[in-house]
Amino acid sequence: MRRQRNWGTTVVGLILTAIMLFPLYWMINVSLTPKDQLRADPPPVFPTNPTFEGYSKVVYEQLPYLGTSFLVGLGTVIVTLIVAAPAGYALAKLRPRGGSALNFGLLVAQMIPGIIMAMGFYLIFNSWGMLNTVWGLVIADSTLSVPFGVLIFTAFMMGIPNELIQAARIDGAGYWRTFRSIVLPVSRNSIVTVSLFAFLWSWSDFLFASTLNRGGALQTITIGIYRYLGNNTQDWNAIMATAVVASVPAAFLLVIAQRYVAAGVTAGAIKD
Amino acid sequence: MTERPLPASASSVIGGGNGEAAPSAASPTPRDETAKSAARKAQLAAWAFLAPVVIYMAAFYVWPLVRNLDLSFRDYTLRSFIDGTAEFIGLDNYVSIFTDVAFPTALRNTLVFVAASLLFQYSIGLALAVFFHRRFPLSTTLRALFLVPWLLPLLVSASVWAWMMNSDSGVLNYFLETIGLDPIFWLTSPSWSLTAVTIANIWIGIPFNLVLLYAGLQAIPEEIHEAAAIDGASRWQTFWRVTFPLLRPVSAITLLLGLVYTLKVFDIIWVMTLGGPGNSSTTLAIWSYRLGFGGGSPQLGPAAAVGNVLIVIAFIFGLFYIRAQRKALRS
Repeated sequence: MRRQRNWGTTVVGLILTAIMLFPLYWMINVSLTPKDQLRADPPPVFPTNPTFEGYSKVVYEQLPYLGTSFLVGLGTVIVTLIVAAPAGYALAKLRPRGGSALNFGLLVAQMIPGIIMAMGFYLIFNSWGMLNTVWGLVIADSTLSVPFGVLIFTAFMMGIPNELIQAARIDGAGYWRTFRSIVLPVSRNSIVTVSLFAFLWSWSDFLFASTLNRGGALQTITIGIYRYLGNNTQDWNAIMATAVVASVPAAFLLVIAQRYVAAGVTAGAIKD
Repeated sequence: MTERPLPASASSVIGGGNGEAAPSAASPTPRDETAKSAARKAQLAAWAFLAPVVIYMAAFYVWPLVRNLDLSFRDYTLRSFIDGTAEFIGLDNYVSIFTDVAFPTALRNTLVFVAASLLFQYSIGLALAVFFHRRFPLSTTLRALFLVPWLLPLLVSASVWAWMMNSDSGVLNYFLETIGLDPIFWLTSPSWSLTAVTIANIWIGIPFNLVLLYAGLQAIPEEIHEAAAIDGASRWQTFWRVTFPLLRPVSAITLLLGLVYTLKVFDIIWVMTLGGPGNSSTTLAIWSYRLGFGGGSPQLGPAAAVGNVLIVIAFIFGLFYIRAQRKALRS
């Protein structure tokens, strides 16, 4: 076992990370570059003279979009949890006949290209009068996270000791009571993990927003950026400032909630 | 749609372990009628908990798919939106897309885009996984930072790349000029646009490959490497003769998952090039979107037909994925 402090490797690691994250640096750099220097040659590689005009534009023009995305994200989280948590409990602990067929179905569901879902939803929402509504978008976005949610909940709830559930049953608790008062509180971490990813995916969605909510009063932030791209291609600092703001949930996830992200990624390895 | 890979579905395989619930402690004795009814009650309860997801799947996966399939056999016009009727035209939509000049281009672009993305994502991801597996100061932090591109909204990544690849003011061309190369018209030249969107897609896919392959490396017992070292194998030999073959199940899952998700990629290409110039970066997903929602009069029937071609391709490889996963679970 080699245990020497390998700082040479760290330097290589830092360089690789810098290359990988260069586009992010560039996004922040451009968001702070004054408009008249955006097309300078050479491009300013460091925001020596930072301007916040891009960000003030975000505040004035993009706040409603951010609000909509937040709302849709919350709705998606709620729908995902309501559908996925009980399913995870049943698949993990109640051994339903036909459970593996259901698992297979969820696996297949993840493989359906988004454009097909968008088109199907378009027709359905058209006849249900749900085009251009926040609820329609919530339902469509939740299809991105429900299979993942069931998977995470199943994996996590399998790890809940059977004795704990049996003890509740002996005390006279019914299935629902056991689920609500024992299983859900113990599964707090997986609830956070599923919620975070459901929110993030809904927040990032562009395809459903651009097909199912083309003319709605409430538009999401991805549409906000897309419209910027289409309309004023000169204002790249405003576009990049919006991009930076739109990345905040991802950054939050990585910094504050990293252990939950890790839990999502290594769900299968959860032991006790 | 966020074409985000869900690593958990694969890592549950890598993590292995808790596949099956423990066998029930008390199996009902055959003469005990109450036990039988208890079992029936348990099944009922189980399906009551599954009811939301079953209804959900029927309404929001199966029904859109059925509507989409039905749509591909109909002549859906503007009038259809209002009165909901559309004439049944059999395979006409399929005939029209297969004979369209855009079809061979879109199919070829899809294959090139997917193959190039997978090749580079996988090999770069694997190299990075091996690198981070060596454990050095700060390795955990740096590995976490590598995840950032995977968590960002695709639209954000795509617009950043679009600006970096701007032919006049983009930083990539600035780099090329500093090392004495000619600038490239990344997004506006038909011969470069597919390469440009592929590069952006590779960048987005690297973290996913890194995470899965790193988890796979960690699952290989350290003793195996030590044994190989004792037998006098060099690092290079150990990797190719021992590590890489042991990693095969994880590699298969990583590649197949990546394939299924890369087939669906839409946001990146649409934001960077709209599939253009001409059809030079049009994939099947882009073509389908453009027919249905790209402006002009919507051709929903042909759009659905293209989408169904895409889904057939995705499912064929999806079946390979499921087979690989089963295999990995068994081993």
